[in-house]
Amino acid sequence: MNEAATPFQRLFRILVTVGPGGLWLFLFVLLPTLLVLLASFLTRGPYGELGGPLGVHNYARALEPVYLEAFAQSLLIGVLATLLSALLGYPLAFYIARHPRRNLLLFLLLLPFLTNFLIRVYAWLVLLQREGLLNAFLGAFGLGPYAFYPSFLAVLLATVYTFLPFFVLPVYASVERLDWQLLEAAYDLGARPFRAFLHAVLPQTYPGVFAGSVLVFIPAMGTFVVADLLGAGRVVLVGNLIQQQFGLTRDWAFGAALSVFLMAFVLLALYLYARIQGERGLEELV
Amino acid sequence: MRRWLSLHALLVYLFLYLPLLVIVALSFNESRRGVRFTGFTLDWYRALFQDPRVLEYFLNTLVVALGSTLVSTLLGTLLALGLVRYRFPGKGVLRYLLYIPVVVPDVVMGVSLLLLFAFSRELFGFPKLSLLTVILGHITFQVAFVTLVVRSRLLLLDPGLEEAARDLGARGFQTFWYVTLPLAWPGVAAGALLALTLSLDDFVVTFFTAGPGATTLPLYIYSSVKLGVSPKVHALSTLIVGLSAFFLALGYALTRRRV
Repeated sequence: MNEAATPFQRLFRILVTVGPGGLWLFLFVLLPTLLVLLASFLTRGPYGELGGPLGVHNYARALEPVYLEAFAQSLLIGVLATLLSALLGYPLAFYIARHPRRNLLLFLLLLPFLTNFLIRVYAWLVLLQREGLLNAFLGAFGLGPYAFYPSFLAVLLATVYTFLPFFVLPVYASVERLDWQLLEAAYDLGARPFRAFLHAVLPQTYPGVFAGSVLVFIPAMGTFVVADLLGAGRVVLVGNLIQQQFGLTRDWAFGAALSVFLMAFVLLALYLYARIQGERGLEELV
Repeated sequence: MRRWLSLHALLVYLFLYLPLLVIVALSFNESRRGVRFTGFTLDWYRALFQDPRVLEYFLNTLVVALGSTLVSTLLGTLLALGLVRYRFPGKGVLRYLLYIPVVVPDVVMGVSLLLLFAFSRELFGFPKLSLLTVILGHITFQVAFVTLVVRSRLLLLDPGLEEAARDLGARGFQTFWYVTLPLAWPGVAAGALLALTLSLDDFVVTFFTAGPGATTLPLYIYSSVKLGVSPKVHALSTLIVGLSAFFLALGYALTRRRV
């Protein structure tokens, strides 16, 4: 493409374009990731400093039942949040894509989503608190008040709320590209609506469904803020454990080991996703 | 069938807006606690504006968002250009590195940056956790997003246009400035807007990389919420919701004019 350029000019152009960004990614992405890996084999000193001896003790500790339970909880939140997002988001994506004013509907979908993440979580705290709207509503029927928060259900609800658009948008993109002639063909061949949907529509939306699932599952599993505010110590996810180790407990080595576990889990999920969708799939995640 | 879909959509939109509407309503409520509306008041807004710390946090948020967006848009645009135009050793590694900030959970990214800054301080004596480290952290996740957005725009461009520019005698930089950049501009603008949004929304990376004196609005909201529900936070949230709506509408209007 650059036939006119001499090798020296080419090298110069590569250095100018790729150099700064590449260096940045090397210094602030690759290096920190390697440091987490290194720290996970170190030991916490008496004042919380990192030091020798080297060993896999942090990993052994991460496999103790208390911590495995946090992993199980995170996994459960991730899976349930993805399922609920699919239940709410899949039909919604069709509704928006087929609506004459779809741009307005997309705008309305994105607006709460662009409101600060913390405010979205906080809003649920306000709704679910003892003097909140839900209890006021139930009180009108002589019920309650109930302690809706802190609880697993509150964490799940707010997680779905905050990540729902991540599911709707990729499905919406697949619905927009849908070939509706296949549906008509299915009808012509005598399929009933449900069967026609199952064979002529659903498979065409798989790329969106997979992308949406990854986009909800990973942050839902990895967040600590939602569980921190709406679980208030009663729901402990891996994210909360990591935050504790880097916060009050000051056991950075153990926190690093937990981070490595979480990262490994996420990368495994992505690897499986890439196996199904190919590299194009990864690009669609942005 | 269609009716069911409409009903479903209505309920989901209700689910999306109910929490925000409650916050907006409560920000005008006289009562300090609970959701019983006892009377209209602007006291919480007054209290918010009279708190000098809130202005400081707002300015911090703005400095972080604008500073990091500027740098990340520049780095990301150049990087996207290099990735699309040239082959070079290490290109594959670079492409995988780009996906890390996109997919790895924020908390892992936050602690890894904290470790980096801690190690660096141990070895070289800097940087101290401050507004600067927050900006460095934000640039890190923004660069990945900007690069990927700009790259997808560049891949759509016709390489013949640049060749034509060269045939007409344009030099490397002239081609870039007069042909490539204007054509890539919608992608650059979209990348910058995304970077800005990500920065304004971020809590987790800021939480781990901020030092004393580097409080941003999300950090302030978090610490207030930890102390209990407060009408001042309702007022602040309402203002932020309003601003988000304004900027989203603006971005929407701008992208509609895009070719």
